[in-house]
Amino acid sequence: MASVGKIARRTFLIGAAAVAGGVAVGYYYYRKPFPNPLETDLGKDEATFNPYVKIGADNTITIVAPRAEMGQGISTTLAVMVAEELDVGLDQVKVEPGPASYAYYNAAILEEGGPFAFFDESMTAQAVRSGLGVVGKLLAIQATGGSASVRDGFDKMRQAGAAARHLLIAAAAQKLGVAAADLERANGSILHKASGKSLTYGAVAAAAAAMAPPAEVRLKDRADWKLLGKPQKRIDMLTKVTGAPIFGIDVRLPDMLYGTVKMSPRFWAKPVKADLAKAEKMPGVIKIVALETNYGHGFGIIAENTWAAFKAADAIDAQWADPEYPLSSAAISDVLKQALGTNGSAMRDNGDVDTAFADAPRERMVEADYAVPYLAHATMEPMNATARFKDGALDIWCGNQAPTLVRQLCANAVGIEQDKVTVHTTFMGGGFGRRVEMDYALCAALMAKATGGRPVKVTWTREEDMRHDAYRPAAVGKFQARLGDDGMPVAVDLKIASPSMIASTLRRLFPSISPLGPDKSIVDGAYDQPYTIPNYRVSGVAAPVSIPVGSWRSVGSSINGFFHEGFMDEIATAGKIDPVEMRKRLMAAYPAAVKVVEKVAAMAKWGEALPAGKAKGMAFTLSFGSWVGEIIQVADTPAGIRIEKVWIAADVGTALDPGIIEAQLISAAIYGLSAAMGQEITFADGMVEQSNFHDFDAMRIFQCPVFEVAILENFHKMGGVGEVGTPPAAPALANAIFALTGKRIRTLPLSKTVAFA
Amino acid sequence: MRLTVDGQSFDINADPDMPLLWALRDLIGKTGPKYGCGIAACGACTVHVDGQPVRSCSLPVGEVSGAVTTIEGIGTADKLHPVQQAWLEEQVAQCGYCQAGQIMSAVALLDEVADPSDADIDNAMGGNLCRCGTYPKIRSAIKKAAALKTAGL
Repeated sequence: MASVGKIARRTFLIGAAAVAGGVAVGYYYYRKPFPNPLETDLGKDEATFNPYVKIGADNTITIVAPRAEMGQGISTTLAVMVAEELDVGLDQVKVEPGPASYAYYNAAILEEGGPFAFFDESMTAQAVRSGLGVVGKLLAIQATGGSASVRDGFDKMRQAGAAARHLLIAAAAQKLGVAAADLERANGSILHKASGKSLTYGAVAAAAAAMAPPAEVRLKDRADWKLLGKPQKRIDMLTKVTGAPIFGIDVRLPDMLYGTVKMSPRFWAKPVKADLAKAEKMPGVIKIVALETNYGHGFGIIAENTWAAFKAADAIDAQWADPEYPLSSAAISDVLKQALGTNGSAMRDNGDVDTAFADAPRERMVEADYAVPYLAHATMEPMNATARFKDGALDIWCGNQAPTLVRQLCANAVGIEQDKVTVHTTFMGGGFGRRVEMDYALCAALMAKATGGRPVKVTWTREEDMRHDAYRPAAVGKFQARLGDDGMPVAVDLKIASPSMIASTLRRLFPSISPLGPDKSIVDGAYDQPYTIPNYRVSGVAAPVSIPVGSWRSVGSSINGFFHEGFMDEIATAGKIDPVEMRKRLMAAYPAAVKVVEKVAAMAKWGEALPAGKAKGMAFTLSFGSWVGEIIQVADTPAGIRIEKVWIAADVGTALDPGIIEAQLISAAIYGLSAAMGQEITFADGMVEQSNFHDFDAMRIFQCPVFEVAILENFHKMGGVGEVGTPPAAPALANAIFALTGKRIRTLPLSKTVAFA
Repeated sequence: MRLTVDGQSFDINADPDMPLLWALRDLIGKTGPKYGCGIAACGACTVHVDGQPVRSCSLPVGEVSGAVTTIEGIGTADKLHPVQQAWLEEQVAQCGYCQAGQIMSAVALLDEVADPSDADIDNAMGGNLCRCGTYPKIRSAIKKAAALKTAGL
């Protein structure tokens, strides 16, 4: 890690406020609880205990799971946290996403925003972490991301359940005239064994909710967990196998209109000429409106049905201004490479790297240039939102990862106060970071101003979705290593250049805020890995390319997992050391990491001879607090390289639902493999060249390998789950291909160099 | 224009070029079939016409002459189709958006082949994309559904 002295002289994004004294200024607001948003909208005979629990007189128990469900199973796991402490089964509760409210801020999402690796537990790192948690509350952003939902909710949700339980028992004790200690709970009822009397939670809910909440509650010991730690049936599964209308695109309202958008294919560029006449005259078309947002410019088409809107969008004949960024992928790549030649910010700087390389003999040097492309999210459900602007109030229905931001930005866009905006968050047909953006909600909100109060459902075509994303940034890396006499690295210098996703996100969401300091996400997954190398530097440079970039399942770690672990494999090859053995030696100071590597190697029978035409590769990445090792076996077949098997070992600290965790690890690995195998977003004439799944495909079932997963719980802090399987996937595959073919591929996607079966 | 969907008859007023998908979703209100790509590349819109799986996003409604079955017509929450039951038991879905199409492709496969091999599954399901990567569970659920169907459940 960079030393405290080096850090103190620096600022870094987001963390700056905490370091500069925001903690003290904001203390009062931090301590002050947010009002319970459930109080304003209670049903008859319903009582609420806190923002997470409502109980009706009929014993209907409602749990609010305020994080966006995009497939990761978070609504189930958050509900289980409350149910565990309430002593009720999952089948006894209703789970709702809840309203948009600052009460549901995500503190954990920022806690790892400082320039410290997850395993850095120095006082400075811990102080910044807790400071950033406070900033999280001050900003009060209700957001889903950073694989942070479980870590954020683990205490809050359990405390919410325990506090409600405490009050229900106190109220029951009062009603029955017995001591609270003599009461037992089971399945939503409270039982007094001695007398045989029992009361449902619902029977005492109103009385309980009127009592003062306890100052402190005792949470169950892990040994007493009945639900947590065990695989649960997901609460959303039945709706998802019956085709229920749970997604934003399924919203249907009385008198609803339909629409789509046609935005400038050159980001930020305005139309210089547009002929709308032909489109406006098409059957079913009601109106075409100009759209101007912080995301760009274009047109909204309002029609009687989605198909009519799609056809009209196609018929708009527009010319767009020149872009402010280079026109082609080759030119963009040149800007990234030039950035590599400028001074970067070292987020890790151990030993004296420059001196270590000054007298390095040629034969002890390993040097390599790496590159990865822009990537789209390509969620299965294209972007969409439904909006109704009536009597000065805006209602908006959409899947989204940040409801309070949707409320704020849509209020600004249509020119009303935030309290006049209601956000109805639906399930999402995939998120992966795409639905943290506001473009689709803003477009619908603006279009709803032009419909005379009728709701309008605005669905993007797949082509519009593919060409208007906040992409995973492209990146390039220049790496060198010096080997010692034993073949182990004595010096490693990694320099990475990439457009800043933080700066890009601020431009879209909060254009009045200018970014401060270096963007740590450029080096995430490279600077914070559990290796000890005497001279070890990782620096990042923000490259000035303004194509929109943003979150994408593990973002920086997906880039740098490939860079770091591909290069580690090269170092092992050059030093003639087994790559698993080399990692174990470099990781000796981090036992959790060593155990992960040993586990995955044992599962894959690493080191045992394979038949001709088969080979294995391995990679390891610590990201979002979880330590993940992956080994991939590939086979040479007449049709191309086949990915046969993937072994994953992941230390998540505490595994709250092993079934969901395993599903997420596999999901994230497939997401990473899909990208590594064949995905890239390229540019020509300032426009994205890809448009649909024929030229931006993903892994299909016939390409899908067999998976074997082990979940470990050795580290003392809990890690995230949704993203952590992605970073090691690409390097493990590239390393396996090297072992199979001798080809060292340093540029993604791999399909530029090899064919896949 | 008259369309039979999930056993019910609907009179609709549609441009015959409108893809069946949009007639189902916007005109009839069957939102089970999903829009994913519009070019028959992802399978999210899969429905059956006279029992055959079709990509409804690319089939003009004017060309539909047979009875249409959507995910909403094969089973209900109280009485699931064996494929839906298997999907539930195997906990297949993540985001769930592609699953209506996956299930409709799997139902058609099992109507054709009672006990499909891995190769049969690869062939029948290759056109259905899943960005969450639920493929391993889709495969095991199809095998479970085959067993449930054979057992007459």
